[in-house]
Amino acid sequence: MSDAPKSPRLSRRALLVGGGLLVVSVGALAGPQLVSMLSAGQRPPLVPDELDSFIAIDRSGAVTAFAGVMDVGHGLTLALRQIVAEELDAPLARVAVVMGDTARTVNQGGASGSGGVQSCGMVLRSIAAEARRLLLERAAARFSVAVGDLTVADAIVSAGKRSVAYGDLVGEGYFNSKLEWNGEIGRRLQSKGQATPKSPSEYRIVGRSAPRDDLAPRVVGDFQYVTDVKVPGMLHGRMIRPPVAGAVPTSVDEASIAHLSSARIVRREGFLGVVAEREWDAIRASRELKVSWSNVESPFPPYDTLYDHIAAAPDVERTVEKSVGDVAAAFSRAARVVEARYEWPFQSHACMGPACAVVEIKNGRATVWTGTQKPHFAAEGVAAALEMPLDKVRAIWALGPGSYGRNDSGDAAIDAAFLAKAVGKPVRVQGMRHEGHGWDPKGPASVHTARAALDRNNRIIAYQILNKGFSRRDIEFNEAKLEHSLAGQLMGLPLLAAPAFSVQDEEYAFPNMELAWATIAPLLDRASPLRTAHLRDPCGPNNNFASESFFDEVALAAGADPIAFRLAHMTDERHMAVLRAAAERARWTPRRRPYRRASGGTLAGRGFAYSRGHGAIVAIIADVEVDARTGRVWPRRFTVAHECGQIINPSGLALCIEGNVVQAASRALFEEVTFDRNAVTSVDWATYPILEMPDAPEAIDIVTLDRPELPPGGAGEPATRPVAAALANAIFDATGVRLRRAPFSPARVLAALSGERRSTSPA
Amino acid sequence: MAAKVINVDGADHTLDAAPDMPLLYALRDDLGLNNPKFGCGVAQCGACMVLIGGVPTFSCVTPLADVSGPITTIAGIGEPGALHPIQQAYIDEATPQCGYCISGWMLRAVALLKEIPRPTDNDIREAFAGLKCRCGTHMAIMRAVKRAAGLAP
Repeated sequence: MSDAPKSPRLSRRALLVGGGLLVVSVGALAGPQLVSMLSAGQRPPLVPDELDSFIAIDRSGAVTAFAGVMDVGHGLTLALRQIVAEELDAPLARVAVVMGDTARTVNQGGASGSGGVQSCGMVLRSIAAEARRLLLERAAARFSVAVGDLTVADAIVSAGKRSVAYGDLVGEGYFNSKLEWNGEIGRRLQSKGQATPKSPSEYRIVGRSAPRDDLAPRVVGDFQYVTDVKVPGMLHGRMIRPPVAGAVPTSVDEASIAHLSSARIVRREGFLGVVAEREWDAIRASRELKVSWSNVESPFPPYDTLYDHIAAAPDVERTVEKSVGDVAAAFSRAARVVEARYEWPFQSHACMGPACAVVEIKNGRATVWTGTQKPHFAAEGVAAALEMPLDKVRAIWALGPGSYGRNDSGDAAIDAAFLAKAVGKPVRVQGMRHEGHGWDPKGPASVHTARAALDRNNRIIAYQILNKGFSRRDIEFNEAKLEHSLAGQLMGLPLLAAPAFSVQDEEYAFPNMELAWATIAPLLDRASPLRTAHLRDPCGPNNNFASESFFDEVALAAGADPIAFRLAHMTDERHMAVLRAAAERARWTPRRRPYRRASGGTLAGRGFAYSRGHGAIVAIIADVEVDARTGRVWPRRFTVAHECGQIINPSGLALCIEGNVVQAASRALFEEVTFDRNAVTSVDWATYPILEMPDAPEAIDIVTLDRPELPPGGAGEPATRPVAAALANAIFDATGVRLRRAPFSPARVLAALSGERRSTSPA
Repeated sequence: MAAKVINVDGADHTLDAAPDMPLLYALRDDLGLNNPKFGCGVAQCGACMVLIGGVPTFSCVTPLADVSGPITTIAGIGEPGALHPIQQAYIDEATPQCGYCISGWMLRAVALLKEIPRPTDNDIREAFAGLKCRCGTHMAIMRAVKRAAGLAP
């Protein structure tokens, strides 16, 4: 999910957002005389080349790190605290992190691409080391000793018997120290000082499990989510979406909600909402308002033709991402060719709650409370909606009801802005369930065609995959521009689909290889319930389901064990170590054909898959049980080997991996956005089922491989990627039936099993 | 509108609200509680769960008129310093990710542990059918319930 613009599009001044911050000319502060002016009284502006933008220490010694990223539930806050505490030699308990408030943090891209530790964490590591260097410089001057004669422990600097606390070195002041900034904002922002961070051999906090100490408010119901934000005078809003995608309201019957005395209608072209003093009245108004809609042609093809549509539709763009050797020549001399096609559906973020946002406009300024992963960009979108300068808009991130990419939060923020502007009062808007499922941006459906050529020795001499689907980027991954919000599109802005997909990234060393992607046009070129944007590990599960299922199919054709066959086509020891770790942990036994181990009506099997992405290498072995009578697949056990470079918090990492695996199993086994000719029809948990407790694994056994000498990679998404293929391979092992279309729902598994019975039964 | 008295976490409140309004909105908007949550509005997820007379109940589909009996939210099963075992176990096992769903799981757990103090894995799986956790914290939930029951997770 890399999102950052290639060059900063914001002016430097525009980075100095509102919220009562002192706005001063950057030029006036530049200059060597300010370097190391610790304890200077004036707070410098919130810009990426000021240390004070990232680290603050108060008189009591409390450390605050300011991070332009979000912790959406994986414990990123704790990992960042560990990194900062480590470099500063401060007690972990005295380090706090402020996230995603545009008045207090610079734009580091938000939650994106499993980058919280990889990008923001590394920036904070460098800057915390620099803060420590400056504090020691100050202490050395105070004690008239050399910096090398100082020792630091628990935020106290000592020179022999004399000591001083960080808090006393800083006083009420600021660092006022310049950083070297690479000029980028967002994910690519890099700022660093002169100090060199610690060597991993010196670590006392990083690399060790630390307990989550931020959970108590959640378990007593005292934690404020974005849905809990209350502003004096706030009204409740609800949106009304068209029943046929693409239709716009032609008339509304105000009298139909006259009995709801506080209800008001907000309408601007296709944008239609209601507000009321009480939330229940807003909901009733949204249900009871009589609306006439324009007649539009049904936009969607029959659902059962989706994959044929994708396969047949003309390319909007086709890109060969990886090309090695001469694929055509190698196929022409193949002893055998293996071919297969795989299909992955549209999927929904389907967050626990539909998105919510609150917007207040007051005294020429606006504040948006949002659960988005991109608050800095949301501020831009709200400024555009309100036609206000960006420096008058503050976005405050508050945890939303689930967050796995560019979900419906971005749309809620812009909806709330238009509603608040129209009624002149603060407005809180939240979707209803059918909107959370039906109108959130989707992960794209795709068709994958794979071909492999084997030589006489059963080695792969050529390998070719085309990933063809809807773009993963019908809208931007943030809501900075109105054309990328549902509100903007309902007001007539077109869908600006950018052709984007991706290719596989497994580390196979085939002598001839071509990996390509192609995108087709969206089904509807304006406000569409099937518009796509990033969903956790964008295109990763689609692509890996295809390639790692296919690898097993080729191994079967070659009469080889799937893991041994993979290792035989790899050269990178770092990757091979991860595959071996999973195999050893799960006591993998070589298999060259499906086991079809049956007990009563239950078939048991195991499957393997591997992936690389977001800075991590993951190998998974799935053990499944397939009920041959019902088609139910129980993902009984997963063994996961996970290598993401340097580990910051082992216990936090394990929990993060577990969540990835369970959610990915849900996507592989259950999840599929369906539609009829007019609209999305998977609009609640009955029509868009997800994994529930009866289907949860018995165990997820995790082996993490720590590489303290390497930079940390990501963990928020990587373990999602190989789960579907591991399950498909395990189902094949159990049943002898290959599933090439996800999800592996009971109905689909049952149909595949009965197809197998038909094809193998005597005539 | 009609006056209605409800008891929430030990305190009485008089409401002036439509009798067909779901209890969820009375709790959130009239009483200003941050829990329970709106998740689906159709009793399919559990984010809105409360105990009414000790019975786990979807407040999003329970009309105010039908409420009889004291209501307990997750704020009422324990408090800082005297947490319910399931609350403590949720912390010890670092169970929540986003945590938006936890009313359903914790209150079903309270009822389960009352009925079956030492539940088996299957008891837990069955007791939680129908509840949703989108972050996929099911393994940690299982460990937390066992820990709260005094069983080795």
